[in-house]
Amino acid sequence: MQEERYQKLKTIVSTYLPDDLSPMDIQPESNFIEELNINSANLVDIVLDVEDTFDIMLENEDMDGMQTVSDALNIIDKKIADK
Amino acid sequence: MRNRVVVTGMGVCAPNGVRLQEFAKALGNLESGINFQPQLQELNFSCQIAGKPNIESIQLNSYFTNVQLKGLNSNGLIYGVIAGRDAWTDAGLGAAEVKPDWDSGIIFGTGILGVDKFREAIYRVDEGNVRRLGSTSVVQTMASGISAYLGGMLGCGNQVTTNSSACTTGTEALLMGYERIQAGKATRMLVGSCSDSGPYVWGGFDAMRILPRNYNDNPELASRPMSASASGFVPGSGSGALVLESLESAKNRGAKIYGEVLGGHCNSGGQRGTGSMTAANNTAVVRCILEALKDAEVEPNQVDAINGHLTATSRDAQEIKNWSTALNRSGEDFPHINSFKGMIGHCLAAAGSIECVGALLQLKEQRIYGNVNCEDLHPEIKSMIADSKIPLKTRGHPVKILAKASFGFGDVNACVIFRTYPN
Repeated sequence: MQEERYQKLKTIVSTYLPDDLSPMDIQPESNFIEELNINSANLVDIVLDVEDTFDIMLENEDMDGMQTVSDALNIIDKKIADK
Repeated sequence: MRNRVVVTGMGVCAPNGVRLQEFAKALGNLESGINFQPQLQELNFSCQIAGKPNIESIQLNSYFTNVQLKGLNSNGLIYGVIAGRDAWTDAGLGAAEVKPDWDSGIIFGTGILGVDKFREAIYRVDEGNVRRLGSTSVVQTMASGISAYLGGMLGCGNQVTTNSSACTTGTEALLMGYERIQAGKATRMLVGSCSDSGPYVWGGFDAMRILPRNYNDNPELASRPMSASASGFVPGSGSGALVLESLESAKNRGAKIYGEVLGGHCNSGGQRGTGSMTAANNTAVVRCILEALKDAEVEPNQVDAINGHLTATSRDAQEIKNWSTALNRSGEDFPHINSFKGMIGHCLAAAGSIECVGALLQLKEQRIYGNVNCEDLHPEIKSMIADSKIPLKTRGHPVKILAKASFGFGDVNACVIFRTYPN
């Protein structure tokens, strides 16, 4: 189940990668801004896509704690569990 | 000492031709870019035709990154980026790598940007769903979005800004860039303008009853500059872009040169006299032309060709009169004059830049493109200048000095004087 969510998250994140990075570069511990070079403004778009894909709603505080791919995954798991 | 300024690159996204070669060919062959727009019919517009660049075959991936393409819904921005990047490439220039290119700037104007994106945002905001706007609502709809996108793509480190002066915008942008290089504050300036397509931009003009209503079945005949049967301007859209560069820099790089910007002038009629929000003060128009000639150190009798504003309204005759008064020339003595709007319509904020590109193509090719839809010349125009000065077909003709003017709502005017290079 978590693996399936991870793959879905990877797909979302990969659309915001700069053209010189590939989806292969996304690892669980990757930092969105520092390692994946994702523009901080695009984190907002990742959150919106996550909401649509997993049918959850993220609060502003959730976004603040979303530094790495696994941070995001943990938040997604928690939101789904709380549903 | 004023730096001499030349044009070393051009790009265009016009209703009758996207990219420079296609546009040149279309103008030369008098091809129309005016089409019936089903969307305008559905929305009960009186005028259901318009000029819209066909970008279906353009690979947007070669202009935008994948991330930029996501949620992109601002067609003026797309037209502007195509024209702007094409012009830069045409000039033989690349993007700055790590450090900004401090000597290159951008002045790229627009009337209003990203109306479709703004519409998306308005719906979400009104639904109480502002948190769902996404990250690019601002940058796609801010007026300076176009110069900001181009600035980042090219890495320009000099002034990067957007001007706005209605239908004068493009020509004004060119003159602002020209002045900056002339003053030694920049070496290269990417100048131009863009205008969105669509009902939200064109609707206001339809409401003013200044667009032709009787040509929905004959779109190509609708835009009739200088014609006795002119019945309003056909709304257009698109973008034109030019790389201006100091002559010294252009020579050092061995760049090709389309022509020299000899001078120009911008002014306003102050909405006094015959001027108003929507009409030109004729005294100001005449003065603008004269000041442009003075700035360029060109005598009125040296002008070989004029590319007019000439939108296909009842005011065309008055524009001819203003040119005739300013140059003190008439009949057979009047220079050749044309308007591209018969083919592309009135591209509003993009009109000046698209038409400057066309004007420079004429200098480069030493041809005057023909006028379409004015076989029935307006009688007042006929009484002022010889028919032969308004060519109906494209013809080879020596053009050394060309004057181009644009006029806009707010009673604002711009006139630029181009010269062939080498002269």
